[in-house]
Amino acid sequence: MIKLKNISVSVDKKSILKDITFDLKPGQIIALMGPNGSGKSTIALTLAGHPNYVITSGQIILDKNDITKFSPDKRANLGIFLSNQSPVAIPGLNIKSLLWQIFKKFHPDKKLSLSEFRSWLSLEAENLGIKSELLDRNLNEGFSGGERKKMEVLQMLVSSPKYLILDEIDSGLDVDALKIISLRIQKLAQDLNSAILIITHSAKILDYLKPNQVLVLDKGKIKTTGDSSLIQKIESLGFNS
Amino acid sequence: MTKTSYQKSPYEYGFSTPEISVFKTKKGISKDVVKIISGIKNESDKMLNFRLQAYQYFIDQSLPTWGPNLSDINFDDIFYYLKPSEKEGHSWDEVPTEIKNTYDKLGIPEAEKQYLGGVKAQYESEVIYGSLLKKLSDQGVIFCGMDEALKKYPEIVWQYFGKIVPSDDNKFASLNSAVWSGGSFIYIPKNVHVDLPLQTYFRINSQKMGQFERTLIIADEGSFVHYIEGCTAPIYSTDSLHAAVVEVFVKKNARVRYSTIQNWSTNVYNLVTKRAQIDEDGIMEWVDGNLGSKITMKYPSNILAGRGAHAEVLSIAVASGIQHLDAGAKAIHLAPNTTSRIVSKSISLNGGRSSYRGLVYISKGATNARSKVVCDALILDKKSRSDTYPVNKNSESSAFIEHEATVSKIGEDQLFYLMSRGFSQNEAESMIVNGFVEPIVKELPMEYSLELNRLINLQMEGSVA
Repeated sequence: MIKLKNISVSVDKKSILKDITFDLKPGQIIALMGPNGSGKSTIALTLAGHPNYVITSGQIILDKNDITKFSPDKRANLGIFLSNQSPVAIPGLNIKSLLWQIFKKFHPDKKLSLSEFRSWLSLEAENLGIKSELLDRNLNEGFSGGERKKMEVLQMLVSSPKYLILDEIDSGLDVDALKIISLRIQKLAQDLNSAILIITHSAKILDYLKPNQVLVLDKGKIKTTGDSSLIQKIESLGFNS
Repeated sequence: MTKTSYQKSPYEYGFSTPEISVFKTKKGISKDVVKIISGIKNESDKMLNFRLQAYQYFIDQSLPTWGPNLSDINFDDIFYYLKPSEKEGHSWDEVPTEIKNTYDKLGIPEAEKQYLGGVKAQYESEVIYGSLLKKLSDQGVIFCGMDEALKKYPEIVWQYFGKIVPSDDNKFASLNSAVWSGGSFIYIPKNVHVDLPLQTYFRINSQKMGQFERTLIIADEGSFVHYIEGCTAPIYSTDSLHAAVVEVFVKKNARVRYSTIQNWSTNVYNLVTKRAQIDEDGIMEWVDGNLGSKITMKYPSNILAGRGAHAEVLSIAVASGIQHLDAGAKAIHLAPNTTSRIVSKSISLNGGRSSYRGLVYISKGATNARSKVVCDALILDKKSRSDTYPVNKNSESSAFIEHEATVSKIGEDQLFYLMSRGFSQNEAESMIVNGFVEPIVKELPMEYSLELNRLINLQMEGSVA
């Protein structure tokens, strides 16, 4: 379980989040909603350990570890996975080789040969609607928004995370792709009993990944906490209701 | 021969593999040293005179002051010639054990087995071992040491030797012309395609040793060859000097690719003059990886002499710590429809400094000539530095020169991205750097691309420690 305890965060000495407290438990799905600039992505990047997001007070506890000061790689190795809102391109970094390296890092005990891994990968990619030639290219170089999001999902599948942080994974995806990807993530989370934190502006993805809890953020603070009925209310009345 | 004697110094032990020279000249350069070198090699008066003339040019010229600082080179404290064993071996068994051990570490026999191509290895000044697949010699391909070529094929050698890099070209070309020893000679007959790369390794194994090899490649009409050279030296506390001259003649419709992995230790001054002349519809390609040396100055030059000739230079420089790598390329367009493309990538880390220095010249009458220059620099930390010095001169209104330059720091966002995938900072940086050089690495044969990646990763590890 991840516990955020009274977290405040600054970027460039400007305070963004104030006194955020919530728990993310295995098997749970939390939807994080709120208007633009309310601090949703800041929560995602803070959880993943981005160095520009400075925790000025509070603690992040993962099981029994205080990970408040952990580097991004240490957090990843404890099972935190961030699907980025705008995944960067890394020129010259071959996708297949990246995925294989991630696989080896997270599954050191699995006896899977490179060719077995590649067959598994091709199958997963096909199921996600990823063109096979895309896997031979370099990470996100010249990729569309939707293709980039699918690459995030592939990396997620390979690293088998315990905590999935999905920062607007639905943006850039068409309705069919959204459904396929949501269902695949749902299956992954079920198989691993993972927790999911979804940041979204659209209720559509929440039809597939049904949240147990909804947090509404406003001006860096949690304004409202509720169950999934809150989604309907926001959809019809907006955040200012 | 004269009164000046050479020192006989068998089995003088150095830091790394024992030096097993049979004799070497005394330190420093003089007319007498030049004469001794020529005498030991039983050269004709013609070559002796060429050398003595070049020696005079060397004395008359001053050090270039427009680039890296060369004022610390002490020309009097260098051995200019060292003969490691009595003769050139023709099979691996004949090669002395000490030298074999060094080459084993370099993986030369393996490389030979894998490619079944020709291998020449230069240890200090002399070519030690050369083999050439019979098939190639049956096709009329000549691949031998430069000294051997001068004896066996003097007419061909003199037709080309010093013709595109004249002995007064620059101070270091003059020095090379005066004291040159070893290097490769390659002649590819008309329409012969050598499918497997021909390879050479150069190694400096003695302190204060200069290496002055001379390479001459002639690709006759419609032929193709890929030549690969690798350079290494063990680490000594004193500086060494490598001043090579490379001349490549690409005839009509021929294509030559020349690849270099330069990994001299960081006390070697690497000051090399490389030049190609490309005739009608010929193609010259340089793939140049510069990882080692204290100072490198190297600008492979292309004289596009025939209509439709094309030149391509892909270079990588990785400068770390005290290294200053000043690399680049030149394209001299003298004929219509000639094209050139120069892609230079440099990485500076741990206080290292890399520079791109290039010239694109398009003469009047070189109608529709096209040149594209792309310089990408990656700087890993605040201590390191990168500069570009491009010069474009276009005298032809229908011609076109394009220049792109980018300087980037390793993106914080890229680093965070890969670290959030579980990779350490060091691993993430290596992945980004290897990605950055990938467009050039992929042009090399598998063995060499792995080697280049490995060397880059070693330098990156060093930077963290």
